[in-house]
Amino acid sequence: MKILEEGTGELVGWHDPDENREWMAKRSRAIVDKQMSLSDAVSKYVTDGDVIAMGGFGHIRVSMAAIFEMIRQKKKNLTMLGKTGVHDIDIMIGGGIISKVEVAYCFGHEMRGLSKCGRNAVESGRVKVISEISNAGHQWRFLGGMMGVPFVPTRTMLGSDTLRKSSAKVVEDPWTKKPICLIPSCNPDIVFIHVPRADKFGNCQFDGYVVEDFEIARAARKLVITTEKIIDNEEIRDKPWKTLIPGFFVDAVVEVKYGSHPCNMPGQYYFDEVAISEWLDMSKTDEGLKLWLDKYVYGVSNFEEYLELVGGVEKMKYLYELEHYRAELKAPWLDKKLGGKK
Amino acid sequence: MTTIDTYYTPTHLMAVTAAKVLKDNKSVFVGTGLPMIAAMFAQRTHAPNLLLIFEAGSIGPQMKTLPISVGDSRTGYRAISISTMHDNMSFSQAGWTDYGFLGGAELDKYGNLNTTYIGESWENPKVRLPGSGGGNDVASLSHSFIIIIRQSKRNFVEKVTFITSPGYLDGPGARERAGLPKNSGPIKVITQLGTYGFDEKTKLIKLETIHPGISIEDIRNNCGFDIIIPDNVPTTSIPTRKDVQLLRELDPSGMAIGR
Repeated sequence: MKILEEGTGELVGWHDPDENREWMAKRSRAIVDKQMSLSDAVSKYVTDGDVIAMGGFGHIRVSMAAIFEMIRQKKKNLTMLGKTGVHDIDIMIGGGIISKVEVAYCFGHEMRGLSKCGRNAVESGRVKVISEISNAGHQWRFLGGMMGVPFVPTRTMLGSDTLRKSSAKVVEDPWTKKPICLIPSCNPDIVFIHVPRADKFGNCQFDGYVVEDFEIARAARKLVITTEKIIDNEEIRDKPWKTLIPGFFVDAVVEVKYGSHPCNMPGQYYFDEVAISEWLDMSKTDEGLKLWLDKYVYGVSNFEEYLELVGGVEKMKYLYELEHYRAELKAPWLDKKLGGKK
Repeated sequence: MTTIDTYYTPTHLMAVTAAKVLKDNKSVFVGTGLPMIAAMFAQRTHAPNLLLIFEAGSIGPQMKTLPISVGDSRTGYRAISISTMHDNMSFSQAGWTDYGFLGGAELDKYGNLNTTYIGESWENPKVRLPGSGGGNDVASLSHSFIIIIRQSKRNFVEKVTFITSPGYLDGPGARERAGLPKNSGPIKVITQLGTYGFDEKTKLIKLETIHPGISIEDIRNNCGFDIIIPDNVPTTSIPTRKDVQLLRELDPSGMAIGR
């Protein structure tokens, strides 16, 4: 195939499919109890310099508990696959554990505007953007990784600067003779996925909003699950069609109730915009960021203690009501933007 | 620029004008903010069977209130399916998505959009923006797309700093030459001053309607290139009081439309 164009972005997380097969061959298929503490899971499975992806969608069903623990353990030089990075990557950058990012969507907070913390880090050079990609492109990198092929052909990104700064290549399609974009596959070193429920063997069930976790879970070289709830294996076997991640893909499973706070856990709790506003405000400056980290990450020993600091069970009850349209959204960032008008 | 003391704001006008572009029984891939409000508005008015598609997986929702994110649980309200990004992006690539709906930071005369960076170079950006997100995919894979953006001399430019999402690239035939799907590309641009289309032959952006109280001079003064302005440009029709009330219902906290 004739190569027509090559993106100049750095290729990260790509493995020769044969090498990756060997890695997968060595992983256990045993049905064993994979529960452990989050602190053990992070210290055992996260290695400095790893290429990391977070499940969910940036601020939806993200494993915030795992992020806090990685920062507490001072992990470093991680390369983030920023496939819709929102609150997750913002905290990871603020916490100093990320040095490189492949960007599909990062440094922004959707309706909330841009993230000062993420932007500061990139504009000052503390965090380096190594390549660009689109959301579909990123997701197809994981599809390729899951399929065990070196690339996935697609028609996205063609003609754009996003492609020129990506790690994709454009070739002439042997059938149509038209240009086609080959997206290099990706098998991240470590992936964290937060799920509604899992059993002790790591079998995970979802209530929709899977986004690209089906693919990422299968592409991952190491996979740690945090779950709202541990359920009995019989419940899994009773409704096996709900299982989207079979346990053999999973290295560790940790029960962390409310483990995605302040993000949205569909069906269970909506965004805590008060907590997110506090982060957006404090993380604007280095001093504020340090205070925030001291209070919410270093000042506590686990996620439960953090939850107490942000309002505990009462807060989570409100966020449950909000999720079900039975409470009013309180969003200080919005009041500020609209000048307090009501 | 003359300001009109009235019951609607420029944002209301933009949202309702954008909504009117969406026809019933069509499918639309929706981005964060005003595109969401416009699609929701269309569905509640002239296009009850408009199929909404979100990159994070929701298909065919009848949303009650404006979501904060294209992936949050508000996008799934009364949906017909909550699928995956792979599914929604793939069926768009296969030809199922009629309209894409995007915003942006910078737009050029061929409808190319920049949401990646502003400044001297990609390596050392002055302002780092979020990047493509699903934007490039929506611009690449939908049959057509609509852009909602606030225009000024600074962001309506001859050539964007970085083509994050492809419009007509550098002119007629460029999308096809690059390998993008045939007969795709931007069809409409809606700003606080007017609405624009693209010239069939040259693929250059051209003024189509002008909002009430806005002059041709305002358009030129808020555009960084020599824009095509036909003779006798009609005035954009304004939203009704009922329209404004509906917008407020859809966005009760005022996230996209203000309070």
